[in-house]
Amino acid sequence: MAFPHRPDAPELPDFSMLKRLARDQLIYLLEQVTSWKKDLFIEADLMSPLDRIANVSILKRNQHEVDKLYKVENKPALSSSEQLCFLVRPRIKNMRYIASLVNADKVAGRTRKYKVIFSPQKFYACEMVLEEEGIYGDVSCDEWAFSLLPLDVDLLSMELPEFFRDYFLEGDQRWINTVAQALHLLSTLYGPFPNCYGIGRCAKMAYELWRKLEEEEDGETKGRRPEIGHIFLLDRDVDFVTALCSQVVYEGLVDDTFRIKCGSVDFGPEVTSSDKSLKVLLNAEDKVFHEIRNEHFSNVFGFLSQKARNLQAQYDRRRGMDIKQMKNFVSQELKGLKQEHRLLSLHIGACESIMKKKTKQDFQELIKTEHALLEGFNIRESTSYIEEHIDRQVSPIESLRLMCLLSITENGLIPKDYRSLKTQYLQSYGPEHLLTFSNLRRAGLLTEQGPGDTLTAVESKVSKLVTDKAAGKITDAFSSLAKRSNFRAISKKLNLVCGTGMVRGVGGFIPLWSTFLGGNVLERRSWQGLDEVVRLLNCGDFAFTDMTKEDKASSESLRLILVVFLGGCTFSEISALRFLGREKGKREFIFLTTAVTNSARLMEAMSEVKA
Amino acid sequence: MDCYTANWNPLGDSAFYRKYELYSMDWDLKEELRDCLVAAAPYGGPIALLRNPWRKEKAASVRPVLDIYSASGMPLASLLWKSGPVVSLGWSAEEELLCVQEDGAVLVYGLHGDFRRHFSMGNEVLQNRVLDARIFHTEFGSGVAILTGAHRFTLSANVGDLKLRRMPEVPGLQSAPSCWTALCQDRVAHILLAVGPDLYLLDHAACSTVTPPGLAPGVSSFLQMAVSFTYRHLALFTDTGYIWMGTASLKEKLCEFNCNIRAAPKQMVWCSRPRSKERAVVVAWERRLMVVGDAPESIQFVLDEDSYLVPELDGVRIFSRSTHEFLHEVPAASEEIFKIASMAPGALLLEAQKEYEKESQKADEYLREIQELGQLTQAVQQCIEAAGHEHQPDMQKSLLRAASFGKCFLDRFPPDSFVRMCQDLRVLNAVRDYHIGIPLTYSQYKQLTIQVLLDRLVLRRLYPLAIQICEYLRLPEVQGVSRILAHWACYKVQQKDVSDEDVARAINQKLGDTPGVSYSDIAARAYGCGRTELAIKLLEYEPRSGEQVPLLLKMKRSKLALSKAIESGDTDLVFTVLLHLKNELNRGDFFMTLRNQPMALSLYRQFCKHQELETLKDLYNQDDNHQELGSFHIRASYAAEERIEGRVAALQTAADAFYKAKNEFAAKATEDQMRLLRLQRRLEDELGGQFLDLSLHDTVTTLILGGHNKRAEQLARDFRIPDKRLWWLKLTALADLEDWEELEKFSKSKKSPIGYLPFVEICIKQHNKYEAKKYASRVGPEQKVKALLLVGDVAQAADVAIEHRNEAELSLVLSHCTGATDGATADKIQRARAQAQKK
Repeated sequence: MAFPHRPDAPELPDFSMLKRLARDQLIYLLEQVTSWKKDLFIEADLMSPLDRIANVSILKRNQHEVDKLYKVENKPALSSSEQLCFLVRPRIKNMRYIASLVNADKVAGRTRKYKVIFSPQKFYACEMVLEEEGIYGDVSCDEWAFSLLPLDVDLLSMELPEFFRDYFLEGDQRWINTVAQALHLLSTLYGPFPNCYGIGRCAKMAYELWRKLEEEEDGETKGRRPEIGHIFLLDRDVDFVTALCSQVVYEGLVDDTFRIKCGSVDFGPEVTSSDKSLKVLLNAEDKVFHEIRNEHFSNVFGFLSQKARNLQAQYDRRRGMDIKQMKNFVSQELKGLKQEHRLLSLHIGACESIMKKKTKQDFQELIKTEHALLEGFNIRESTSYIEEHIDRQVSPIESLRLMCLLSITENGLIPKDYRSLKTQYLQSYGPEHLLTFSNLRRAGLLTEQGPGDTLTAVESKVSKLVTDKAAGKITDAFSSLAKRSNFRAISKKLNLVCGTGMVRGVGGFIPLWSTFLGGNVLERRSWQGLDEVVRLLNCGDFAFTDMTKEDKASSESLRLILVVFLGGCTFSEISALRFLGREKGKREFIFLTTAVTNSARLMEAMSEVKA
Repeated sequence: MDCYTANWNPLGDSAFYRKYELYSMDWDLKEELRDCLVAAAPYGGPIALLRNPWRKEKAASVRPVLDIYSASGMPLASLLWKSGPVVSLGWSAEEELLCVQEDGAVLVYGLHGDFRRHFSMGNEVLQNRVLDARIFHTEFGSGVAILTGAHRFTLSANVGDLKLRRMPEVPGLQSAPSCWTALCQDRVAHILLAVGPDLYLLDHAACSTVTPPGLAPGVSSFLQMAVSFTYRHLALFTDTGYIWMGTASLKEKLCEFNCNIRAAPKQMVWCSRPRSKERAVVVAWERRLMVVGDAPESIQFVLDEDSYLVPELDGVRIFSRSTHEFLHEVPAASEEIFKIASMAPGALLLEAQKEYEKESQKADEYLREIQELGQLTQAVQQCIEAAGHEHQPDMQKSLLRAASFGKCFLDRFPPDSFVRMCQDLRVLNAVRDYHIGIPLTYSQYKQLTIQVLLDRLVLRRLYPLAIQICEYLRLPEVQGVSRILAHWACYKVQQKDVSDEDVARAINQKLGDTPGVSYSDIAARAYGCGRTELAIKLLEYEPRSGEQVPLLLKMKRSKLALSKAIESGDTDLVFTVLLHLKNELNRGDFFMTLRNQPMALSLYRQFCKHQELETLKDLYNQDDNHQELGSFHIRASYAAEERIEGRVAALQTAADAFYKAKNEFAAKATEDQMRLLRLQRRLEDELGGQFLDLSLHDTVTTLILGGHNKRAEQLARDFRIPDKRLWWLKLTALADLEDWEELEKFSKSKKSPIGYLPFVEICIKQHNKYEAKKYASRVGPEQKVKALLLVGDVAQAADVAIEHRNEAELSLVLSHCTGATDGATADKIQRARAQAQKK
């Protein structure tokens, strides 16, 4: 039932190299700061990723001379060091913070050295802010090109959750270059990718930038044997539906319930059944977790209890052992068993906690509604369910999610519902969400069915401004505002919604990616045959394939497929693809995502919160 | 063979000097050299002649003419001198001609007579005039030193990075020094000058008197002084015909010589070779050339014509109207091999090879002799080395042939020295060619390095030869061929008579995609020549947008730069252009430009959102984007405004904007919000507590929780809260209060629009089974079973389910039947099921 390591599976590339690279570079950068004593300010968002590659003791070790560590927050720093070092994301907010510190020092007549290390890269806008604040000459800047964090043996994350909002809502393309550079790094480390596929506008841009990088640094990757045979670039906005559905596999549920952050989760007292909360790393090294992560939640309990029985049996073996065997047992197996025992109890605790939450919120009802939406029946009933959801103030994010799901599956809400749901929502959760709705509409997540599918004058005008991001060549029909999701047609075409038989996706729905990657494209090596679907996805211009002529890729590497999610992916999608790799046999998927996301995170990214 | 050493002249016991012809000059000079100002660059560099420099007449026919020739006398440039009187000429290390004028201005010309730039040696000179000037070479580059009419010295150690240094005054100096020179020691430039019998050394702090050790007595004046190429040695010529030679630090005397000629020599230069112990000075008078060193006798040559000496690293070049000769100490390797009756291994090997060619058995004898001494390796090395120092290709060949012959008898002789020498000689012979005219010696070539040689070829526009050399030496493309092609292209764009299209095409044809060629550099050059259109055309070939954009900006093609930046996908680049545009254009035009570039627009908006909110507003205004403008004001109402009035005002603006955007929904919602805000304010005033910024729902809930039912109802009516919501709201609030009485009253107020199941649920949630049961009976039939199960009445639930004959409900009840208590009920259900199936 679980995923024991399959003997036929191709071997995964060694991603720990990326960690070493990032760590070494950071240490190098810190050593560049010459003063003997320095304080390091780290942005909160970088704490967890940093934690995964270098612990505090490494940073504090004598030769790197970091004296104290601070979090970048909006309050004055009480550091007494002669040198301040900031490790931040390239955000304007951070620049202002640094500027305020530096200017405060200036007022106080203190001279210190300041160094800003941008991760993963520096943006010109940041330097400009520093200049406008009048401190450009006082600080020195550096880049820490830490863009790829291996969260698991098969999962790389760029830890850029803002990618989603910046690109898909604001039309800001600055992160695409970062993606291209990350891909370039991968190809220098793991050899070129002989086969490339992509769908979506962002995917195409990232791909083209990446190609340009490779051309400029020509020769480096030449002659290297590819380790990874295929690469798929996928835009999040091609498939919002999957991401918006409730997750039903264990890992997804844990993420939805407890929020997995950077591959680890904080289990509260209700899970640990003690009064402390516990930070647990969730990856393939956790044997128990590894076996249940991809399982439908309904199977998990059964599995865990089976596991518990096995464990007990192993413990029980010690009865009737002689001294020597006992010694063996204690020295060799006991530790492992204890560890497993501890993990098992944690996961059982987590399951209980999830169950409790889910039953309270009528999880069954929710899933039923979602399914009804996907299948397109009982729309009225679902709509009133959503309305009730809103009226009862169940959860602002959940309500929003359901509304979006309704809008996408139905190609937009009918005007009456659109108005009434929004009104209800504003009354329930506060009027500031008027802005949220305007965001959602712009991103094409919550729209109104236009009369006869034609755009109103305003819409077309706005859409032109907002979404003709590239060269202004794209006609209105392709703009994401006016984008019709065509979900129904696609779903029919690909047979996405199925009965309860194959529950390998999200509540009876197969993620779109699975069908793309499930062989069609890989075997034909083109989008051919999917023309209609691609057209319906409004990606006609943005689906591409690129094959190298000579096929020097080994059959081993051709079985490895790197899937790049631009804008984030959910654990359900990952698990569906893991399953697919196993189903189709002898294939293994590797994932690179801008961030691991889920429905709640997507909605939060779109929400406008009061400052 | 004996004739080979015919031009060898012994100086003392240990050294030979030879003079051989490099070129017979082809320059057809009409004047004598003495009528011209002459400057020749070291390392076989070009020769500049300024004719008639001293004529004062303004007549055009007798204006001075500046001619530049290659070392072989090929004319490179000729121009009429139109500026002021020139005092001195000299070549910089970059082979630029520095012309020092009387007024202190220094004009810099290129090899082809193209004017480069000019600089001045200080204002002081304007009055005092320049009496004399020297151009000298230091580690930093080329320096200029001048002597002014006030007998003061000013120098700059590097004309590339001009810093003028005025040297201290020489005490009591009334007349010009009899001779002077610039010295360079410990990276600092000094001036050494002679006044009468005294020598003075000027550094930038002080003037000190120096005395050369061991100077013969009776000197009343120094007539000439010479510093060696490396600034290590100094030679002084006195009015007694005595020559003192020593170190430049004046700490040590090397030797002296008395030539008994009292006339001042025209020129005196050092002639020594690096790493050789021999020191010699070449002294030239009108018709006599003398080589003197540490020997009682000197070597004398007769000069048939007016000649000019050019000191080199390893010898002296001497050119006159008809010939160009090189005088140097015979290198050790050559001396060993060619000295008469030499038994050096190299000499024997050369002999052996010659005999071998004659098919004589003597070859074997010679070879055996070398081998017996175990000196074959040394012999081969000697031959290779000597070949390098030969000027004649025939002689080079025979030496190399000997080396190659000797190599055959050696087991392990590393071939690279031989191969490299062959390559080097091939290059040297090529550049020594008459048409090229760079008479480099092997030592000079090694000192200069191939890179610099290539640069010099490029400077002479000898692109094909440079490329051939690169290809022959297999230099990496980026350092070699590409670089030269790029230079060629830069030269090409300066050809003003060719059309832009042709130049661009020609350049692209030749350069193609050669790696390492930067089209933007070439374009920058084109722009520098004022050919903007050509520059733009060339930029089209530049694959890296990052390189295109800055130049486009410089050329004021900002809009083109913007679209290029956008094409590149590099947001930083876009930003650079945006900022540039922002400063360059007025606001309106800037916004218009943005409007046509949505990608740039959204980028700029993002920036404004964080940094320049006002600009953002203006942007939306400009576009009549009322929708976004409305959102902007709403955001402002939360972020910027503190006071209620301010917030309401902001919201009002937002609502107006929404109306303009024909977004009635948003406008209405905003107006509701304004109403709510005012109301909340009133509530806070009247009732106390926190109401501001609550949602409508929460406001009503708070009112109910506070027991203000009337107000709550009023609010609900005012804001037309739908019944369903109100019921949910009240239900939840009352249950939270545990006001069961009020709840019951409420439930009976009218028929519940949400049914009664929620009542049951909420009571159970508050653990009030008693109350729950009250409502369970009122739950509608479809949900009755659920309600009964919730209150725990399994039996009745079963009855209802059976009555409904609903399979799903039956199973639901069944799943709630636990253990013994509900056994009967379970049976009942099973029976009912069985019955139902029968029917």
